[in-house]
Amino acid sequence: MALEPCTEVPAINTQKINTDLAVLKERGQREVFCGLTGIVWLHRKMQDAFFLVVGSRTCAHLIQSAAGVMIFAEPRFGTAILGERDLAGLADANEELDRVVDQLLERRPDIGTLFLVGSCPSEVIKLDLAKASERLNQRFFPKVRILNYSGSGIETTFTQGEDACLGSMVPVLPHSQDEPSLMVVGSLADVVEDQFQRLFDKLGIPVSFFPPRRAAKLPPIGKGTKLLLAQPFLSDTVRSLISRGATLLPSPYPFGIEGTTAWLKTAADAWNVDKEKFEEAIAPQVNRAKIALERYRQVLTGRKAFLFPDSQLEIPLARFLSRECGMELVEVGTPYIDRLLMDSEINLLPVGTALSEGQDVEKQLDRCREARPDITVCGLGLANPLEAEGMATKWSIELVFSPIHGYDQAADLAELFARPLERRRRLTV
Amino acid sequence: MELTLWTYEGPPHVGAMRIATGMEGVHYVLHAPQGDTYADLLFTMIERRDRRPPVTYTTFQARDLGGDTAEMVKTSVRDAYERFKPQVMLVGESCTAELIQDQPGSLAKGMNLPIPIVSLELPAYSKKENWGASETLYHLVRTLLLPVVPPPNTPRPKRDPQLRPKANIIGPTALGFRCRDDIREVIKLLAEIGVDVNVVAPMGATPDDLLRIPDADFNICLYPEIALTTCTWLQRSFAQPTIKTVPIGVGATRDFIAEIGKVADIDVSEALKRSQSDTLGNWDVSRLSTAANPNASRLPWYSRSVDSTYLTGKRVFIFGDATHALAAARIATEELGFTLVGIGTYSREFAREVREVAKKHGLEAVISDDYLAVEAKVAEAAPELVLGTQMERHIAKRLGIPCAVISAPIHVQDVPARYSPQMGWEGANVIFDSWVHPLMMGLEEHLIGMFKEDFEFAEGHMSHLHTAPAQELRSPESAIAPTVHAVSNQAVLTPLAQEVEGITWSADGEAELKKIPFFVRGKIKRNTEKFASDRGITSITVETLYEAKAAIGK
Repeated sequence: MALEPCTEVPAINTQKINTDLAVLKERGQREVFCGLTGIVWLHRKMQDAFFLVVGSRTCAHLIQSAAGVMIFAEPRFGTAILGERDLAGLADANEELDRVVDQLLERRPDIGTLFLVGSCPSEVIKLDLAKASERLNQRFFPKVRILNYSGSGIETTFTQGEDACLGSMVPVLPHSQDEPSLMVVGSLADVVEDQFQRLFDKLGIPVSFFPPRRAAKLPPIGKGTKLLLAQPFLSDTVRSLISRGATLLPSPYPFGIEGTTAWLKTAADAWNVDKEKFEEAIAPQVNRAKIALERYRQVLTGRKAFLFPDSQLEIPLARFLSRECGMELVEVGTPYIDRLLMDSEINLLPVGTALSEGQDVEKQLDRCREARPDITVCGLGLANPLEAEGMATKWSIELVFSPIHGYDQAADLAELFARPLERRRRLTV
Repeated sequence: MELTLWTYEGPPHVGAMRIATGMEGVHYVLHAPQGDTYADLLFTMIERRDRRPPVTYTTFQARDLGGDTAEMVKTSVRDAYERFKPQVMLVGESCTAELIQDQPGSLAKGMNLPIPIVSLELPAYSKKENWGASETLYHLVRTLLLPVVPPPNTPRPKRDPQLRPKANIIGPTALGFRCRDDIREVIKLLAEIGVDVNVVAPMGATPDDLLRIPDADFNICLYPEIALTTCTWLQRSFAQPTIKTVPIGVGATRDFIAEIGKVADIDVSEALKRSQSDTLGNWDVSRLSTAANPNASRLPWYSRSVDSTYLTGKRVFIFGDATHALAAARIATEELGFTLVGIGTYSREFAREVREVAKKHGLEAVISDDYLAVEAKVAEAAPELVLGTQMERHIAKRLGIPCAVISAPIHVQDVPARYSPQMGWEGANVIFDSWVHPLMMGLEEHLIGMFKEDFEFAEGHMSHLHTAPAQELRSPESAIAPTVHAVSNQAVLTPLAQEVEGITWSADGEAELKKIPFFVRGKIKRNTEKFASDRGITSITVETLYEAKAAIGK
């Protein structure tokens, strides 16, 4: 049986991006999470890790407000809350931290990796958590490895917390003797990771995933390591991996059929996998995905979408929504644009897409109300208020908590956007 | 530094937000770093509000710290005033802004806006959410009413006996535990005895409403954690008496009505008599119709009916804010017949009252905001039911103990769509259902006590909750623990094993212990070990177990 040709693989434009791409840069009130929020999914990804935030009661409150709806017999995150004595310098911060870590490790002897997570208060008073984790490592390593990163709001936005966390693990990745292998970077749902593993096996590409499912099992890295990013928000992690000798394979992100194909093709080309073999490997999944996606494309096509900045997933998602679901993009807001990681995606956006970086939330809300989009992608602080104004919303945080990468999730991803519309259609009261 | 796995309260600026969000016409400008807007979700998601909280955040980032963050405050104040045109503005800082000391309150006051500005000083590193709410309400009320305070020692004019007495209801806020429905229930109670409501604040009030507070004859301090400071000031400034009984539970609701009768000088005997009518379960058609008499609770009859007999002496541990913990202690012991084996609060301001109640029950109160300390106390008391906060759910899950929520902190499931007050007659109905629900039903409890080897109804199984039994965690000391499906007492045992040095369980003793119903097993084990150590017994046999049981009783 002759294989049908798969979707067109978009040519990756390696030239400089057209400099007249107008990006609206705004400053003002930002309605976004800080990087501490990353703990909410990282604690599940790496079950042998514990996240200890060094911060204020606000930090503790943030995390429990997000994750506290789940009931934990064994908590996997906590906060060392700074008191007035710490601020006044009456208590030696390092002694205090040692005491808290002792108390914690006594309660949870099964912890393999402990992340000390910096916050706004700890950064402002310049607590040196890097030094502290070095010192603690001398005491606890190899039983427990202590790492540190900052998830503070003044430095990180939402998913950048994962970037900072992974970045802290890069220096301790084992050296790989420089044999060629592929490293997929970014937290993926377990089921998606398994799907990609099977595909890379078919293509004959040796692959490892970072972060691993257990913080103790770190993938090796060296001059032969090629990086394929599964998530677009890993600016710092990528740069540290490159500094350890790895090479970045720039690519669109594996959202939707087109994105996934382009992403796999990037790896296949780097491994010189021949065209026939590649087509054969992906064909069954591509065909399945096309059938599944069609249902939702009919619902979404011609509808207008407005994306508020949240996670840096906005540009790849907008690309998927416009090219594969036929949606019109009113505005695509993102907290931060890293050209190194985003150019392959920006090139695929329809000419003249209104991109915005940063936020002045009141003005952005004015623009949104003005445009009356069919669907607004925004955070939970805005979703219900906009619904009450009669606008359909898709809360964006779900996109970080759901399996949305790869072929078999393309339709699920579209369904996430179609669902609010379908719900409005069904409800009669 | 203090290791905090779960915090019972947020920072004080969240308390201030609860006041602003509960009200109309008030805007709050908060000097805070990017990311602190997470607090909006407490209101839009947990409480499912359909509007953004009236809060403007400066959301400074690291790059702003080198620049003029004070200018950001002014811009935010100006923009917020222009856009929202509030009648009053609150200005304050979050924990990080407190460190950079821009004095946002004074800055805003210097901008000559044509509205009152309340500058909030909320020390984030020493105080917490309820204090922040209480302080914000106090400063707001004081700022607005100070110009109309009469000279000291001005007596209140007597109420014209032709007029119905008027009361203010002070204390309900956004994000308060069941405030939404408590207010309705309390208004109903007041209507029943002929008292009108003057102002409810802060929930639903405007600054103009706050200006009408002095018109009432007295204030009802519904949530002391939030309202006591304000009520005390009103009493001092306007000679308005404060009603201090919180009407949670049937007995407390009767006392509340009686106290209002005394303070307002009205006859409430009819209402009190009506509230007694259900005690003997006079069920008739009218009671079951939609026009059922709402002026009585079903709790007394439900609690007296014979299927509640097995609740007698159930060991209960109570923790929460002081108001709800005290109310729960009274209901649990006097209205449901439980035995109190532990009580505590994280509200330090009200520690004394909780200590007194604890003493009455021969207990030492747990006054702590340290989750780990509370967890240790619960494990030690080995209760059969925990009445606590969202945080005690984590503790109860770990220890395998049934649990119901009686106090904030809460999560979405405790802001239900249905009418679910804690106060008044209907509140007592809600409480009966929700506290008894997690316990094993009587028949199942008896059968599991009699027949241990059922393939489906195993140890710790509660078929009415569809939960499978918890896996028994093996305690490192017991080399012979067969993996019986049972609730783990490990957390209960481990500290104990260190306490009672040199005591071991013989194989037959341990096997016999396993035959004791799981929810009292922890307590029996503890009692037996104490009994043994008091008598110098080093190995506990079957005989020791029964001797201890005979000596100590159930």
